[in-house]
Amino acid sequence: MTTYNLLQNYWWLIMSVLGALLVFLLMVQGGQSMLIHYTKPDKRALLINSMGRKWELTYTTLVTFGGAFFASFPLFYSTSFGGAYWLWMLILFSFVIQAISYEYRSKPGNIYGSRFYDTLLLINGIVGPVLLGVAVATMFFGAEFTVTKSNILNVQAATISQWGPRHGLEAIACWKCLLFGVMVFFLARTLASLYFINNIDDDEVNRSQHKLLLVNATAFVVLFLATVAVILTSPGVGYDDSGNAQWVPLKYLNNYLTMWWALIILLLGVVMVLLGIGKTLLKADYRGGIWPAGIGTVLVVLTLFWVVGYNNTAYLPSLLDVQSSLTLRNSSSSEFTLTVMSVVSILVPFVVAYIAYCWYKMDHKKLTSDELDNTDHKY
Amino acid sequence: MEELTNVVDWSRAQFALTAIYHWLFVPLTLGLGIIIAVMETIYYRTKSEKWLATTKFWMTIFGVNFAIGVATGIILEFEFGTNWSNYSWFVGDIFGAPLAVEGILAFFMESTFIAVMFFGWKKVSPKFHLASTWLTAIGASLSALWILVANAWMQYPTGCEFNPATMRNEMTSFAAVALSPMAVSKFFHTVLSAWTLGGAFVCGVCGWMLLKKRNYDHCQRSLKVGAWVGLIGIVLTSATGDSSAVAVAKYQPMKLAAMEGLYKGDHEQSIVAFGILNPSKQAFDGQDPYLFNVSIPYGLSFLATHDYKAFVPGIEDIINGVSYDNEGNKINTISYSERMERGRRLQEMMAQYDQANRSCNKVATDSLKAAINADFKNFGYAYLDKPEEAIPNVPLTFYTFHFMVTVGGYLMLFMLLALFFVYRPNVLNKAKWARWWHILAIITVPLTYLCSASGWIVAEVGRQPWTIQDLMPNKVAISDLSAGYVQTTFWIFAVVFTALLIADIGIICKQISKKSQTDLETVND
Ligand code: HEM
Repeated sequence: MTTYNLLQNYWWLIMSVLGALLVFLLMVQGGQSMLIHYTKPDKRALLINSMGRKWELTYTTLVTFGGAFFASFPLFYSTSFGGAYWLWMLILFSFVIQAISYEYRSKPGNIYGSRFYDTLLLINGIVGPVLLGVAVATMFFGAEFTVTKSNILNVQAATISQWGPRHGLEAIACWKCLLFGVMVFFLARTLASLYFINNIDDDEVNRSQHKLLLVNATAFVVLFLATVAVILTSPGVGYDDSGNAQWVPLKYLNNYLTMWWALIILLLGVVMVLLGIGKTLLKADYRGGIWPAGIGTVLVVLTLFWVVGYNNTAYLPSLLDVQSSLTLRNSSSSEFTLTVMSVVSILVPFVVAYIAYCWYKMDHKKLTSDELDNTDHKY
Repeated sequence: MEELTNVVDWSRAQFALTAIYHWLFVPLTLGLGIIIAVMETIYYRTKSEKWLATTKFWMTIFGVNFAIGVATGIILEFEFGTNWSNYSWFVGDIFGAPLAVEGILAFFMESTFIAVMFFGWKKVSPKFHLASTWLTAIGASLSALWILVANAWMQYPTGCEFNPATMRNEMTSFAAVALSPMAVSKFFHTVLSAWTLGGAFVCGVCGWMLLKKRNYDHCQRSLKVGAWVGLIGIVLTSATGDSSAVAVAKYQPMKLAAMEGLYKGDHEQSIVAFGILNPSKQAFDGQDPYLFNVSIPYGLSFLATHDYKAFVPGIEDIINGVSYDNEGNKINTISYSERMERGRRLQEMMAQYDQANRSCNKVATDSLKAAINADFKNFGYAYLDKPEEAIPNVPLTFYTFHFMVTVGGYLMLFMLLALFFVYRPNVLNKAKWARWWHILAIITVPLTYLCSASGWIVAEVGRQPWTIQDLMPNKVAISDLSAGYVQTTFWIFAVVFTALLIADIGIICKQISKKSQTDLETVND
């Protein structure tokens, strides 16, 4: 393997870490989608303030995920974003309306009233996870696009990436992608319950979240099994050393078997998620379920990114022209840029360390209604 | 072709709309960030509850403004992919890196420490809290740094080479990209202009409170910090504006000519201080470009090159490829029609490269690659239909530039006056004529916002039609979308952002009036 290939693989690893963290952090969106279950203002306030201190972490991870994708695999950025226009625009709109809602909802003079902002949070809570799930699912199940780099020399029609006329709406209508999206949604809700149980010190919230956890975790487990079954039986696009691509039946199953270590990590992840959920449901005073379930989620998503990108697999198969499929080899930045970015990535552990330190300090004491009554920055 | 023009126009309109909205909030975040950090430092040293109250008041406004800045910002990053997909491939290898660094190094810093700043008063030590406030301000400036590096690279593409095998530009030196003179002057001019805006905002809000004869002490404290930051800001903004102009003269002479409405240049070129352009003026039609103007002799030669004798080319000179050294000798520059020719030859060479690459003819590919790179700075001209297509909108660039500089001069006087009041509290409070300053301070706020937006209009309209200077005109940078789609999202953005802006203004006004009703430090008449 050349240094260039190693760098491409390294950057796919970074993308998978960012992607996995993003899915974990979608618990904020999952929590927002739970606002419909609460009518009492003080309980809603507890939920919203508990999520309100973390929303920027999810948001920043999404933005960084985008920026890092741009820097490391720019052809994905230009093909998927410009192509699946509606899908990405809907995702972005849902995050735009989230960003102001926490800060504005309870401020006097906010014009539209706090219910309005809560509705925006609810929309983001549902649309965000479902559609991000759909977008990730296109990486497994393919999309309608072609890439012809030499188009750039055509003065009249210079766009190199062309996408089907529905520009992303077709992905939302595809049942496999939607199944993936809804699964991510219930995962986000499950993680949200575990997070609330850990972060909020309030008996009523605790009790209701246990009930919600049972329902959402059951839905999630069923959907997860269905999604994994669909992925493992789906074909994928493989390529040889000269870059020739072709459809391969059961590609993702093959990848798990070839990369057995990914399979082990997947199973470990699944066990941890189930452990986090199960222990929380069975032991009333256990509040730490978010940790095993969160780490488990990260592990599972990591392996999903690995089987879709490693082992000579196209991570965005083209349904129109298999040779246009995007691979780690044909869509990445140059060796020089990947090297520069790798030097920057050395700082990542430092960034993670200060984030962890700050939140360790901030979350030491659990959130209570008392604290909310005595703070001057309340959402 | 008709359809294409529409997509290009709508994509540009959408980018302009979202960028202008975003820039309404960012300078206040940058400016107020520093101001609250200084205020909290004073509180930390004096332990005065009054300073704490003042710090918290401005922090609340900072938070409201920050949220809408974040909301409008996410869209800009992703728009490069959604609406400028060709661009994203053509230069993603260079342009993507600063965006990723921005996310990893700056956004996380900002978003982590802002949470400590707002929620950590009782959870972390005062020292840690103060550090967090500073780190929030520094994080915001760092994110500005990286996005401005990216913008500067579009204005002056450097540190890269074209790879015909991948049909894109690839980075060869990160230092050349990050430290280009354009990036340095852009970063300092932009961030310092934001300090000016932050200072002017604080003065304006205090002006309103004092006009109502309220919050005397609070305003005194606020002005002390606001006016100093504003004055330092405007002095340094003017200085860096000067170095920006030198960079523009060197790397984007067409933009400089448009800023001045200069069609035919000269040695010892004067600068227009005030002027009205002749609206029917076209390049090469021989008409006088100005209906009326007041000029400062030697001014433009000096501003552009720091040499009052130097030749500054006008629009027609640049198109004809005419320039002179100080001795009056013609310097060999090429005309735009020649550049168009060369651009087309480059395209042919790229097609040949493709052939040679397919037949694995390494000798041919190597020599073609060298030939392509030797002349690559003319590549974008291949897409022009005629040389005049490369002239930006002169009136818009001219008027916004002159507005920015004029308001810059005014702000210098305004900030000096503000400081005079800070150290003459009795005059500020009691003198009848101080009332006029209060009103002036309120008017100065929208004026500074307009000034700041004008700066961006100069920078961005002045470089049209290029997305990347000389390499890619915006009609080639777009995504394969229909105009109707982009038009739809344009209107959605227009409605959503306007609705959010109204709420933002509503909350800020309410916070200010609440402060003035609850604060008991009213003025003693
Ligand atoms: C007082 C004298 C000033 C001069 C000589 C000056 C000069 C310039 C020049 C030449 C540019 C274009 C740079 C480019 O295209 O790369 C520019 C841009 C800009 N100016 Fe100014 N300016 C002045 C004052 C101000 C003030 C007072 C503000 C705001 C409060 C401001 C805000 C901006 C902004 C935001 C930009 C766009 C960013 C950039 O390109 O640097 N300027 N200025």
